[in-house]
Order: sequence, then C-alpha cells, then structure tokens
Amino acid sequence: MKTNDLILKMTTTMIAFVILAFSFYLFFAGHNAPGGGFIGGLMTSAAFVLMYLTYGFGTMKKVVVINFRTLIPIGLTVAVGTAMGSFLFGVPFLSHTFKHLHDIPLLGDPEVATAMLFDLGVYLTVIGVTMTIILSIAEDA
Amino acid sequence: MSNLAILPILLPFLTGILTAFFHKKLPLVRSITIIMSIVTLLTSLYIANIVFTDAPILLEAGDWMAPFGIVLVADGLAMTLVIVTDLIAVACAIYAMRSLDEERERFYFYTFFQLLIAGVSGAFLTGDLFNLFVFFEVLLMASYGLIILGGTKEQLRESLKYVLINVFSSMLFVTTVAFLYSVTGTLNMAHLAERVQLAEQQGILTTISILLFLVFATKGALFPLYFWLPKSYAVPNPVISALFGALLTKVGVYSILRVFTLIFIYKTDITHELFIILAGITMLMGVVGALSTYNVKLIVAYNIIPAVGFMIMGIGIYNETALSGTVYYLIHDMIVKGALFLLAGAMIKITGTADLRKMGGLIRNHQLLAWLFLIATVTLAGIPPFSGFIGKFLLIKGGFENGNYIIVGMALLSSLLILLSVLRIFINGFWGEAKLEPHEEKGSEKGMILPITLLLTFSVLLGIGAEWFIPYVEQITETLTDPSIYVNTVLKES
Repeated sequence: MKTNDLILKMTTTMIAFVILAFSFYLFFAGHNAPGGGFIGGLMTSAAFVLMYLTYGFGTMKKVVVINFRTLIPIGLTVAVGTAMGSFLFGVPFLSHTFKHLHDIPLLGDPEVATAMLFDLGVYLTVIGVTMTIILSIAEDA
Repeated sequence: MSNLAILPILLPFLTGILTAFFHKKLPLVRSITIIMSIVTLLTSLYIANIVFTDAPILLEAGDWMAPFGIVLVADGLAMTLVIVTDLIAVACAIYAMRSLDEERERFYFYTFFQLLIAGVSGAFLTGDLFNLFVFFEVLLMASYGLIILGGTKEQLRESLKYVLINVFSSMLFVTTVAFLYSVTGTLNMAHLAERVQLAEQQGILTTISILLFLVFATKGALFPLYFWLPKSYAVPNPVISALFGALLTKVGVYSILRVFTLIFIYKTDITHELFIILAGITMLMGVVGALSTYNVKLIVAYNIIPAVGFMIMGIGIYNETALSGTVYYLIHDMIVKGALFLLAGAMIKITGTADLRKMGGLIRNHQLLAWLFLIATVTLAGIPPFSGFIGKFLLIKGGFENGNYIIVGMALLSSLLILLSVLRIFINGFWGEAKLEPHEEKGSEKGMILPITLLLTFSVLLGIGAEWFIPYVEQITETLTDPSIYVNTVLKES
C-alpha cells in the first residue's frame, strides 16, 4: 500500500525555507551575536536533511545538483585563500581587516569584514562534511 | 618575511586540497603530489638556511602579539625536523605509486597523505600548547583515514584499537591543558615557561607535567603505553606504515623534548628520573617484542619502541651531550625507520608474504635491495661510521658524564639485540637457497629502489658527514639547554 505523506510534504516545503533563512541569519550574525559559520552550516544541513527525509534520494538528486563531497575542498580553498590574502599585503598570515560601506540601498551602513569570507569557508566545509556523512551512511543501508 | 614560517604547513595543506578536487585523475594527482612535495622540501631548506644563519623566525598569526595570539616558531630544532619530514614525504610519494593499487590511490590517499604531512609540520612549528593539540588532531585524523584505507579485516580490527587509544589520549591532553590553563592562565609555550619559572614549579605544576608526559608517552609509544603500536603499524600498506613509523611517534618525542627542556625544568629529580626508568624498560621490552616474531613488518614496527626509549633516555639524562645525542638520534631514526618500512614493503611485494620463514635467498636475484637492507641494518644498530653510531655515542657519553651507568648498560644491551633482530630478517630473507625463481615472484621492486636509496643516502651522509651536521646540532642543543633564548624570541624581551 502506498502511504500518503501529503501533510509532511506540505509542511516541509514551508519549514525548509524558514530553516534556511534562519541558518543564513545565524551565519551573518556571527560577528556581533551568537552564531557563525559552524552553526550556520549545521542548520543549512538540517534543512537539507529534512528535504531528503521527505522527498527521498531520487527527487532530491534532480533538485540539488551540488556534489556535497566537492563542497569540502571548495570550503577549505575559500578559508585558506582568505588567510593567504594577507600575503598580498605583506602582513602576517591570517591577518583580517574590515571596511564600512556607505549608502548602500536597503542595508544602510554595513561593516564588511574579511573574517566573513573565512567564515564562508567554514560554512561550506561544514555543510559538505555533514551531508557527506549522512548521505554515505544512508546510501549504504 | 615572517610569513615564511607558515609555508611548510601551508604547501602540503594546499596540495591536499588540490588532490581532493581531482582525486579520480591519477596521473595529474601523482604529478601534483611529487612536484609539491619537492617544492615543500626546497622551501623548508631555504627557511632553515635563514634560521641557522640569521635568527629563528616568529610568525604572529593575524598580527596579534605573542602571548595573546597564536605564534609559529621556526627555530633550529623545528626546521630540522620539518626538513626530515619533507624528505620522507618525497620518498613516500614516489614509493606510493608502485606500492598502492589504483583503487586506494583514487580514494583520497594523496589528500590524507598531504594532510598528515601538514599536521606533523604544524606540530613541529607551533608555539602554543592548544595549537599543538589541534595539529595532533590534524595528523591523527589523517592517520585514521590512512590506517583504514582499503578496509581489510585486519585493518578494521587494528584501527579500532588505534582510534580508541588515540581518542582517549587526546581527551587526556585537553584535560591537562585545561588544568595547566587554570593554574597559569596562559597557553603560549614561552609565556608558560616564564610563569612556571615564577611559580618555581610548585607541586601541582609537576603533577600536570607528568600528566602531559603520559599524553605524549601514549602518542610516542613508551612503556607501559606502547601496547597499541606494533600491530596497528603493521597492518596498513608499507608506505603508510613508513609514514607512521617515521613521523607519528616522533611527534610525541618532540613534544616531550620541547616541553621538558622549555617549561618544566625545575623538578628534574622527579620528572627526568622517571624518564630514565621508563626509557630503560621501553628499550628492553621493545627489543623483546622484535625478537618474538617472524613477521617482517612487525619486527620493524617493534623496533620503533626501543628507538623512542633511546631518545627519552637522552631527555632524562638532561645534559648538553645527551640532548645533542637525542636530537641527532631523532633525525637519524626518522630516516632509517622510513627506509626500513619501505624495504620491508619491497620484500613483501616480491615474495607475496610477510612471513620470514617463507622467504629466502632474495640476494640471488635482488642484489641491490639486499645491500640496501644491510646498510639500513647496520645504520639502525649503530655501527660506525653510520648515522646511528653518532647519536648513540653522544647519548652514552652523556650518560657516563652524569653517572647513569645502569641505563647506559641497558642501552648497549638493547643495541645488540636490535642488531640481532634486524639481522634475522637479513639472514632468513636474503641468505640461503632461493625459494622463488624469478618467474614465480609475485611482483618486482622496480621503482621502489629510488626512494629507498634517497633516504639511505641521506642516512649515510648523516653518518659520514657528521662533522658537517654537528655544528647545527650544537646550535639546536644550545637553545634546548637555555630556554631563555626561546622565550626572548617569542616575547621579544631584551
């Protein structure tokens, strides 16, 4: 008998967006409030896991075209690249800097820091690792 | 300029990332690995040249001042060990192409390999205790990946033990670091040295130092914490065993050397006496293990343990001669253990078995391999003019200077037994009637001779050209016996 999981699918379509939005918020808030790349990455993976649970591998493979395993080296490259940027300016490795951008429409006066790029590397690596672990175990079973 | 200190860590790390992108394209990955390994070696040589002629390089990561940020300190000892690590990496990169099957190479072998090198180099270079822990974990994680690579039954069994013991000792490491932080309020090694000196190493600090010693003794395989080592080093592929045998335990020894010549040096009657006793038992127990088996790789793996005993003995005796002996022996032992595992791998490749009783007469068809093995044997046992002799000679001289006659006697006895244990491989494996005709052999050693020769050439140079190396070792010993040099480099006090 085919089970009907309409309620699960409908709630997932809505909830997944909320979780993704929350994970982006956590990621961007990291500099001045609790949050950051690690917890942001975990929340994003949580949204993905919910979608995999609801729709199964077949559908998700068509929807998500990212190869999570290559996401790990990509994230590492971003993080190391940010750290190596300091070579160009002749300052010690891992030195970070920030800048205020004035008069951006909607956002006002955001502070842009290179530490954010490093965090982006962490974020991508965490998603890659979490999803690789979960999907490898799931595909084996 | 100060950024030079990160390069020995960064280059292998970048190589690891790069090989992860193209892990299916073997020719590309192999050439990237070899080229980058050689580039790393040359870079390290260049940095070491600056360090020895000029002054140690200090990198304050992120431009934060010394006790507050993380520092990387490229001094003579660290750079020497990094060079040896990179040399072994080059040899293993060449050897891996012949030794591993394509399936294992494709499954991220080169990534794990390069991350292991990055972790080991990082552990040598760091000047911060918690950062040392992080680099320990980097190299351990990479080694977990390598030990299980291939997934045979023995590997699964031994890796379980290996992972368990290392997770436990890492947990103890974090706990000890927490204790130390709560007592001293700092984790920077130079700053720690200063604060421990101010407190004159009161009771609790000595307790913490012994806990820290237990952590490093587990990583470095000292009696009574060596039980996990022999089997787990014998089960993976020879090239992986060579990496483990040459690098991993030596990081533990290096940490003991660093911590107990820089930070905890005020209660030597407790700590360093303990080292001497444990070193003596370690030497004998390791050799007894080596004599107890007919498995070639297991014999080599057991031989790691007495070598660790020798080095700890030098730290325990704690005078200038013995410390230079330890440094010399550390360099020599990394090279020769790497070479011995690679040689054992070549023998296993040819005969298709690791059991000595099933081998024989290899010298008839493989002269070069046999003579290389003989050189490695006499080097390991410490026969002059080879490199093992100078290290042991300095250690024993240092022992006599301090009047530690019992440990010297044990060291000499265990040297004899080491020679016996490796000569058994030579006699049973290479002499006698050939058991396999050339066409019956399971594989050839083609392509494996080059990396072995590379390592042994350096080892022979280290022995014959001792006059050339001794000034460098003396310069290293000078910084080891006088911690204020290190402290002033990091904290920049005049």
